[in-house]
Amino acid sequence: MSRRIALPLLVAGLLMATGAHATEAEHIRITGAWIRVLPGDLPAGAYVTLENTGDQAASLRGAHSASYGEAMLHQSSGAGGVNRMAMVDELAIPAHSKAELSPGGYHLMLMKAAAPVKVGDNVKVTLSFGDGSTLDADFIARPANATGG
Amino acid sequence: MLLMLAFGTCLLAGCHRDDNIEWRLTNVTGHMPDLAFQLVDDHGKKVAGQDYRGKVVLLYFGYTHCPDVCPLTLAQLHVVMQRLGPLADGARILFVSVDPARDTPEIMHAYVNAFDPRAVGLTGTPREIEALSKRYRSAFTREPDRSDGQYEVTHSSAIYLFDSQGKARLLSTPNNTQDEMVHDLHLLLSPGSSS
Repeated sequence: MSRRIALPLLVAGLLMATGAHATEAEHIRITGAWIRVLPGDLPAGAYVTLENTGDQAASLRGAHSASYGEAMLHQSSGAGGVNRMAMVDELAIPAHSKAELSPGGYHLMLMKAAAPVKVGDNVKVTLSFGDGSTLDADFIARPANATGG
Repeated sequence: MLLMLAFGTCLLAGCHRDDNIEWRLTNVTGHMPDLAFQLVDDHGKKVAGQDYRGKVVLLYFGYTHCPDVCPLTLAQLHVVMQRLGPLADGARILFVSVDPARDTPEIMHAYVNAFDPRAVGLTGTPREIEALSKRYRSAFTREPDRSDGQYEVTHSSAIYLFDSQGKARLLSTPNNTQDEMVHDLHLLLSPGSSS
């Protein structure tokens, strides 16, 4: 008898939970996702615009892809005429606002391609957000000398 | 008489034509040494600064494992070269590796050619590269290894422009626009402008 009651309760509980607290990923709209493909197995930069359509702040925490052995969230900076790259724990995407990963700023560094990625390929990358929710996105592979998404 | 005076002044000014050129980039003429180095190009051939006399040179320090800023800079230089049209044949982008441990001539060859046919990849011994970097007061630092054994190299972002005689003329920083570089390269590449 306990099992018969428990299951519907659990389902109802889950429905309530998703209704009341939608995940961060559900409110993120992805546009302009692309990867700059470099020769050989050199690490590639990946760029995307993340729009948070929700009322709650969200944050990008990281990414992974079956096409790459490793993916890291990075930020380039050019302070004092010196280019450096730093690992970033999270990128804030305020409510009803956009966060951009774009050349010269925030980017995903994709390393150790499982198979050579060719220009024109669509590469699936899973983005992870602050609450643990995830979102899959197709990143289009562009040539090394592409200048933007 | 006034007209003659004005004309005479123009003639005099003509002797120092460079003083009248309105460069958009930072003018470093006379403040930096001529282009000189001993390195290996992306065909594995030993080359010296002298080998690029006759070409306007855009010198940039970077490394191939740099996924963001180096490709961005080289992609922008490619656009600049395209905008210059046939004049661009008189220019060479020299991409000097600050990471000679990983950047072999083969890797450099594939890398630079992915950006522009007029780009040349240069590598060498750490000492040779440091000598060139110091010559232009550029700097680079190898950052500590990550857990996967890979590492980043922090490096200066400036692009140094030399005229076809190998004289250091201009400095471009990320604050400069593409239009400014195209403008100044037009001047450097136009016949008789850099003498």
